[in-house]
Amino acid sequence: MVDATLSAPREVAATGSRSGLRRAMQRKSTVAFFMALPLILLIVLLVIYPAFYSLHLATLNKSMERFVGLSNFTFLFNRQTFWLVVKQSCIFAITAVVFKALIGFIVAHFVHNIPAKGQRKWRGMLLVPWVIPPAMSTLAWLWLFDPSYSAFNWVLAVFGINPVPWTGDAYWARFSVILVNIWIGAPFFMIMYLAALKSVPEQLYEAAEIDGANWWQRMWYVTLPMMRNIIAITALFSLIVTFANFDIVRILTAGGPIDMTHVFATWSFRVGIEGGDIPLGASVSLFMVPILAIAAIFILRDITRRGSEV
Amino acid sequence: MANVAISAPSARAGTKPRYGSMSRDRLWALRWSYVFLVLFAFFFLLPPIYMLITSLKTSAEISAATNPWWVFHPTLENYRELLTSNQYLTFFRNSAIVSVIVVTITMMISVPAAFALSRMRFWGSATLATGVFLTYLIPETLLFLPLFKMFAVFNEWTGIQLINRWWVLLVLYPTLTVPFCTWIMIGYFASIPKELDEAALIDGATWMQTLTKIFIPVALPGLIAATIFAFTVSWAQFLYPLAFTTSADQLVLPVGIITTLIKGDVFNWGQIMTGALLGAAPPLIIYAFLMDYYIAGLTAGATKG
Amino acid sequence: MAEVRLRKIVKRYDEVEAVRGIDLDIADHEFVVLVGPSGCGKSTTLRMIAGLEDITDGDIMIAGDVVNDVPPKDRDIAMVFQNYALYPHMTVEQNMSFGLRLKRYPKTEIRKRVDEAARILDIKDLLNRKPKQLSGGQRQRVAMGRAIVRNPKVFLFDEPLSNLDAKLRVQMRTEIKKVHQQVRTTTIYVTHDQVEAMTLADRVVVMNNGNIEQVGTPHQLYHSPQTRFVAGFIGSPAMNFIPCQMEEAGAGLSVRVAEGLSFPVPAARTDRYRRHARNGNLLLGLRPEHITEAGQHIQPGEIPFEARLEVTEPMGMETLVYFPLNGTQVCGRVNPNAGAKDGAPLRLAADLNNMHLIDEATGRVI
Repeated sequence: MVDATLSAPREVAATGSRSGLRRAMQRKSTVAFFMALPLILLIVLLVIYPAFYSLHLATLNKSMERFVGLSNFTFLFNRQTFWLVVKQSCIFAITAVVFKALIGFIVAHFVHNIPAKGQRKWRGMLLVPWVIPPAMSTLAWLWLFDPSYSAFNWVLAVFGINPVPWTGDAYWARFSVILVNIWIGAPFFMIMYLAALKSVPEQLYEAAEIDGANWWQRMWYVTLPMMRNIIAITALFSLIVTFANFDIVRILTAGGPIDMTHVFATWSFRVGIEGGDIPLGASVSLFMVPILAIAAIFILRDITRRGSEV
Repeated sequence: MANVAISAPSARAGTKPRYGSMSRDRLWALRWSYVFLVLFAFFFLLPPIYMLITSLKTSAEISAATNPWWVFHPTLENYRELLTSNQYLTFFRNSAIVSVIVVTITMMISVPAAFALSRMRFWGSATLATGVFLTYLIPETLLFLPLFKMFAVFNEWTGIQLINRWWVLLVLYPTLTVPFCTWIMIGYFASIPKELDEAALIDGATWMQTLTKIFIPVALPGLIAATIFAFTVSWAQFLYPLAFTTSADQLVLPVGIITTLIKGDVFNWGQIMTGALLGAAPPLIIYAFLMDYYIAGLTAGATKG
Repeated sequence: MAEVRLRKIVKRYDEVEAVRGIDLDIADHEFVVLVGPSGCGKSTTLRMIAGLEDITDGDIMIAGDVVNDVPPKDRDIAMVFQNYALYPHMTVEQNMSFGLRLKRYPKTEIRKRVDEAARILDIKDLLNRKPKQLSGGQRQRVAMGRAIVRNPKVFLFDEPLSNLDAKLRVQMRTEIKKVHQQVRTTTIYVTHDQVEAMTLADRVVVMNNGNIEQVGTPHQLYHSPQTRFVAGFIGSPAMNFIPCQMEEAGAGLSVRVAEGLSFPVPAARTDRYRRHARNGNLLLGLRPEHITEAGQHIQPGEIPFEARLEVTEPMGMETLVYFPLNGTQVCGRVNPNAGAKDGAPLRLAADLNNMHLIDEATGRVI
């Protein structure tokens, strides 16, 4: 029962200055803000500001003294190379991602099938392409594709097949670029898909087998739906990154032959830095934005949807 | 256990699988798995192995166009030349210094930020967290030109030369590493139960003490994964150094190899491959020892969301 | 003196009031249990005492000082959490000494306190182990050790036994009681399990919907519940509530529970109940332990009657019998040899000396 006599409450002489719980809460906000401040500064100054600055740059003339509005863009629209670049970038990105996803998915399955002890070893070996700096491995491919000394052509010659102009012929060059991209990127997909495969409960498969499903049906009705989110997110992620890729094309073909392998990144480098026309180069790379934005929207939608599912 | 002589498994759809035929199926699946795994491993490991093979060849042997897949007169001459070449060592040193410093900077920015975003609710923290993730999607190929111009302007204002100095990379690389590392750390921190914060609060820890004495030790695997990631990305960078550094003594490894070992039309492939292999060595060695952390960091996004 | 006083404590989240203005006085060395169903506000109250939640309104005083704005670490309290909250990367010894090390206590003092706590809790062998090497019960003891070494004014327990299996829970209950007998610190303990409340507490605070229903010793709550909620919450199986009507019966009163069945009210209570004779919303409260088989000798106040049993549950030491009365299912506890069978009638006796009369409209016990 409530005690009738109350002693007069005294304020607590807190340690140091008057630090109330309210003050502590406030402190938490300020402390948190300062902890996040470097991050915020970094992003604002070196990512967001340059992104908008490039919009401004794209509206200047070559020497960056005059405002020329959209004439850089109209100039680009009239150039055939520009549309080549658009087409090539899209084809590279989509083809490469499709095959990376496919190969990654297949290999993940095989790794998942073998006993757990051996998986680590195989996983280790199969991830190597992704660990090697892309610039280095592309050099290796460049050597493998060398017009005179290609090791591949040597093997083909053993079978009596004519040498392939891996980087000399436009269509073969495109193939080569996509191939290298797939080689570098597929292991990433494999690792992600492997993790997702492991998270599918074994009992679902057992239930499906009891229900009479064969392996193809199990794949279609159990595996794919459970992995749908990871598949979508990794693919979209990779689409963006592949779309903006620079290293491979630059080293392997430098955009050639006759600009048939240029992508946004390499062409804007050629125009902007090597050609000294920064505004024009900025206009080129800006064209990636609409496409990237659409992909980003899809990713965002997927993440928030996934968050609410869990 | 199924016996060794295996007949083709009966896979008629709709057949009720008996226990015996299930383990036969499994064994077949296992064999085919190994077959394909070997094939894929072969495909994935081919280029590095070829790099190694070439690196052991003399120029003479390379131009003689004998079997490229075999070394008839192995030599370590290429390695010796590169490892004693001042220029190459400068590249290596620049790469090493830049990478180590960038990793330090990255962790010093990411870890407190991740802690603040995942643990201390403050106004806008949720938007900031998503925003961090999204900036990772703004590619360097969009930013390198405006940044180039920005640094030139900066030079005009302050006289500090940023272009063609290797330490410009210290400013640029974190834009690539910090967002993803922050995201990894947020995932790891978020998986620490909330009661731990409260216990620490009652035990008398300030927020900084909670971070340093509790969260960092508990989330150590995540920290290691983030560190590895930051290092690998820094080491492998190509576009930014190519755009921003031109003098030979300012170059880092990827750019150095490409621009200097290719002299005119004469490609010294033996040296190039050796240089490339040595350049790929640090990430590979780290990977060999810390593979599990590497993979855990990558898949943290998949499983923790 | 480490008494705790709550004055008109209110906790509001946006539109929802989790705690609606409660007053409570806890004396030094007392073991008080806050008990109630999920969402009744007991955990929120405890966390406000700890300083983990802001107080919307009211005052909390520990040892005479108002602590509303004092951060947890300065309130001189210690808390034991439901899932132990042990630091996984530290050993048991480091876990227990963490708070002291932060306050820069001298090493000898830390050593002494840790050893003492380890002795009381019998965890001396575990000092160098990490939490993941310990069982649930051991972890809980380490959590308690962490609280003991701080020598605080108040121990706060937040449902500490909920994560343990039933057998361990019973064991740990006794441990906690023994520790309190040794250490004698004021303790505030939150649980949803009324058995824990009844066995551990000096006084029990029954909470419901943000309010305190009743405060009292376990004996008071069991024998003299003041509200229907408390009457139905304390005791297992729960008290039976049978709709009834009060009638005059000669000089006294009787309670009619069904056609042809009415119990005379014990003489001592007729004065108290007489005013409510016309009330249409009465419930007769009778605990199952006060409905047993009718034995050879009927005690004064015991009223025999016959009922057709629906279900029997043999528990070994007793048999629970269920039968309908006036539309409600009533539970009684009979001797296992009383011959109770599903569907068969049985002669029972109701001990009306332990009856409670409840006004359903107000929810209060008359």
